[in-house]
Amino acid sequence: MSLLEIRDLSVTFTGWRGAPPVHAVKRVSFDLDPGETLALVGESGSGKSVTALSILQLLPYPAASHDPGSSIKFAGEELVGAPPGWLREVRGNRIGIVFQEPMTSLNPLHTVQKQIGETLLIHNHLSAAAVRARTLELLHLVGLREAESRLNAYPHQLSGGQRQRVMIAMAIANEPDILIADEPTTALDVTIQAQILELLRDLRDRLGMALLLITHDLTIVRKMADRVCVMSHGEIVEAGAAGEIFAHPQHPYTQRLLGAQPKGRADPPPHDAPVLVEGDAVKVWFPIRGGLLRRVKGQVKAVDGVSLKLRAGATLGVVGESGSGKTTLGLALLRLIDAQGTIIFAGREISRERQRALRPLRREMQVVFQDPYSSLSPRLSIAQVVGEGLRVHHLASDEREARRRIDEALVEVGLEPEAAERYPHEFSGGQRQRVAIARALVLQPRFIVLDEPTSALDMSVQAQIVDLLRELQRRHGLTYLFISHDLRVVRAVAHEIMVMKDGKVVEAGPTDAILETPQHPYTQALMAAAFDLTAEPGEVVRPH
Amino acid sequence: MRASSPARPTFLGRRITPLTRRRLDNFRANKRGFWSLWIFLVLFGITLVAEVIANDRPLLIRYDGAYYVPVLHNYPETTFGGFFPSEAKYSSPAVQKLIEEKGWIVWPLIPFSYDTITYAPGPYPSPPSRIDWLGTDDQGRDVLARLIYGFRISVLFGLALTVASSVIGVAAGAVQGYFGGIIDLGMQRFIEVWSGLPTLYMLIILASLVQPNFWWLLGLMLLFSWTSLVDLVRAEFLRARNFDYVRAARALGMPDRQIIVRHVLPNATVATITFMPFILNASITTLTSLDFLGFGLPPGSPSLGELLAQGKSNLQAPWLGITAFLVLAIMLSLLNFVGEAVRDAFDPRKVIG
Repeated sequence: MSLLEIRDLSVTFTGWRGAPPVHAVKRVSFDLDPGETLALVGESGSGKSVTALSILQLLPYPAASHDPGSSIKFAGEELVGAPPGWLREVRGNRIGIVFQEPMTSLNPLHTVQKQIGETLLIHNHLSAAAVRARTLELLHLVGLREAESRLNAYPHQLSGGQRQRVMIAMAIANEPDILIADEPTTALDVTIQAQILELLRDLRDRLGMALLLITHDLTIVRKMADRVCVMSHGEIVEAGAAGEIFAHPQHPYTQRLLGAQPKGRADPPPHDAPVLVEGDAVKVWFPIRGGLLRRVKGQVKAVDGVSLKLRAGATLGVVGESGSGKTTLGLALLRLIDAQGTIIFAGREISRERQRALRPLRREMQVVFQDPYSSLSPRLSIAQVVGEGLRVHHLASDEREARRRIDEALVEVGLEPEAAERYPHEFSGGQRQRVAIARALVLQPRFIVLDEPTSALDMSVQAQIVDLLRELQRRHGLTYLFISHDLRVVRAVAHEIMVMKDGKVVEAGPTDAILETPQHPYTQALMAAAFDLTAEPGEVVRPH
Repeated sequence: MRASSPARPTFLGRRITPLTRRRLDNFRANKRGFWSLWIFLVLFGITLVAEVIANDRPLLIRYDGAYYVPVLHNYPETTFGGFFPSEAKYSSPAVQKLIEEKGWIVWPLIPFSYDTITYAPGPYPSPPSRIDWLGTDDQGRDVLARLIYGFRISVLFGLALTVASSVIGVAAGAVQGYFGGIIDLGMQRFIEVWSGLPTLYMLIILASLVQPNFWWLLGLMLLFSWTSLVDLVRAEFLRARNFDYVRAARALGMPDRQIIVRHVLPNATVATITFMPFILNASITTLTSLDFLGFGLPPGSPSLGELLAQGKSNLQAPWLGITAFLVLAIMLSLLNFVGEAVRDAFDPRKVIG
C-alpha cells in the first residue's frame, strides 16, 4: 500500500447559467511513496493544481464536485468526502502545501513567528515558549539567515526567496508525511529558484517526506523528480520514471513538451549596420525622502551609469535578477521615465527633448510588456487595441485602410484577422502577448523594447513567441532590447548580452563569448542557476 | 482559452463589450435591486407627468361643438359663456354647470393640483375621504396631489445635484490623481478643511441670506456635495496611471488628454457609478431636512419635508405624518436597493461565469 493512492480522480466545475460544466480533471490515478518525488507536469490549465488541491479537499465545493468512483486514499483512509474533523487533522499536519506566490499566501498583518506558530498551536497545543523554540528551529532548518531577528518581521520586510522559505517552514512545521509544492519557484529569480529547490530536496531526504512537485518547467523536473506524470487537458497522458520519460517520451504531447524549449540562435546581424540606439552613462536615481521636511536622505540607484550601443537589426539581451534595473533601463531609453545621461536614437539626441517633441518618434520605438494580462485594456476590442497607435499618429487615411493594416499586423503575429472583433479576455496568455506585439508592430517601428515578453507564459508558448520575435526581426530588420531573467530564452534571441546587477553592468559582450566563458562570478552564478539549477555556495548572489 | 461566443453581445440594440454584458447580467441577478429599479422608474415616470394625473384643470372639454385642452392652454371664462374675462375656474360648480349644459368634461384622476384648496368640509387637516384619498393638509390642500408633485421635485433635485456634483468631483479627482504632486497636496488639504464645515448649518445660514428657490438651493448644496467623489476618483487615477496599458498608451505617443479619457477615466467610472445612487439618496435627504426645518424650497412648494413638518405639528392628523414617512422610506429604500445592485454589478471580485 502506498502512502497516497489516487484512483480515477475526476473534478467537475458546474457551469454558470447554462454554461456547460468544465471537466478539469479526468480519471487521474497515481501513487506516492515516502521519500520519493513525483512531478506533475503540464501547461497552465492542464489540471495539475486542481489535482493537488483535491488531495486536501480545498476546492470550492459545491461548485466543484468529484465524480462517483473518485478516490484519494491517504495512509489507507479515504479523503474524498471525509468528515471535516479528519480533514483538518490531515491538512497542515500530515500533508503540507507550499503555494506559488509567497507574497499572497502569507498574511501581510502577521509576523513570521505568528504565521508559523499558528500551525503548531492548532495541531499540537504547545506552550508559547515551546512554539517559539520550534519556530526558530524550523527557520534554521529552511536556511533563513538571522532567524532570531526575523521572528518579528512582516512578510513585506522579506524578499521573495525568504518568504518562500517561511512558507516552506509553515508547511513542514508538523513534519508532514507529504509536502505538496505547487509551482514553488515560478515567482522567484533563477538563482533563488535553485536555492529553494535544493532546500526542498534536502528537507525531503532529512524528514523522509514524499514530495509532490507541480510545475510546468521541465528543467526543474529533470533535476528533482524520481517519477513524472505528464498532464494535458485534465488527463495523465504519460507516467513513468523521470529518466525514462526524458530519454524516450512515448506520448506525442510529452514529445512536444520536451521539444518546446526555446532553442536555436538569432541570425547573425549585419556587421556594417549603423548604431540605432546609444546610451551613455544613463542614470535613473530615485530619491529617498525622510524626516519631517521630506528632505532627500539618499538615492535608490536603479540604473547607475549604464552605457550601451545597439546596432540596427541586432538584439541586445539585458540579463539580471529582479531589482537589478533592467526594466528601468528599458523605460529610460524610451524616455518613459526621467533619466540623466545621453540617449541617442537614430542619430538624434533625445535625452533632453520634451515629451511633446518626442511624440512623432514614439512611432519608431515601441515596447512590449511582461504581463499580457495587464497590458491590454479589458474594455477595448483587439481591433481598437491594435488600431490605437494608427489613430494617434494618423497613419491610416480612412477606416478601411486602418482595418487593412490591423488585419495585416494580426496575421503577421500569427493570429486570425477575425480576432480583431474579440476582447482580450477571450484569449490565452500567449495569444494576448501576440496582440501586444501586433500593437507595437502596426506602427512599423525600428526599435522595440521587449520587457520579459515570455516570462508570464508557458514553456511551449515561450518557444513560439521566441520564434515569432526572431522571424519578425528577420523580416523587418527590427532592433530589440530584450530584457529577461531567463538565460535560456536570452540565448535563443540575443546577439549580445549585458549582465546587470544593482543598476550596474557587470559584464557585456557577444552572446557566445558570455555564455561559454563568463568572466564575472555573478554571471557564472546566474548561469549555474539557469542551466544546471545549482545554487552557488557563498555570497556571490545577493544573500536571501 | 475560452470558446468565443458567436453572437456579439448587444443591449437595447447597441453593441456592448462583454464586460458590460457581464455587469448587466450581474445587475439582473440581484432580483431585489432589479425590481426596485423598475418600481422606482414607474413611480418616477408617473410623477413626471404629474400635470395630467393630478390637476385642477380638466384634461379635455367638449363645449358647443369645439374641443378645449385646459391642461395646455388658458381659456377665459367667457369662452364657456361665463361673466369674467379672467381664466376659467374649472373647480367652481358654476363653471362646471355652464360647460356641462353644452358638452362634457374629462377630469384627471385626481382633480386637484398641489396648491388647490379642496373645500373639503373642515376643519383642516381633514381626514382621508372619497374625494381626498389621503386627506388634506392644514391649509386644505390634497395630500396625494402634493405627494405626487413633491416626489417629482425631490427626485429631480436629487438627480440634478448628483449629476452636477459628480461632474465637478470627477474633474477635481482626475486632476489630482493624474498630475499628483503639489496640486494633489494642495487640493487634498483644501478639501479636508472644506468638508470639515458643518454643512447643514452653513446651508441654513446661506439660505437665510437669499430667498431660496430650486436653483439657489441646488447651487448652495453643490458647494458642499461635490467633495464626496473626489477621493475615490483620485485614488483610481493614482492607481490607473501606472497600469501597463496606460504606459503602453504613453509609449504609443498618445497625448495626456486622450489617455485620461480613453484609458484612465473608464476605471474611475466604476467607482463613480457605484456611488451615484447613494449620493442621490443623500441629496434627497438633505433637501427634505432643509424643507422640514423651513429653510428649503419657497413656501407653498410641494415638498416632502414640509409635509413631514406638518405631520409633526398635527399629531391629531396621523395621515400626514404616516404618509410622508412611508413615501420617504419607500423611495429611499428603493434607491438603496438599486444602489446595492449597481455596486454588485460593478464589483470586479464578483465574477460569475
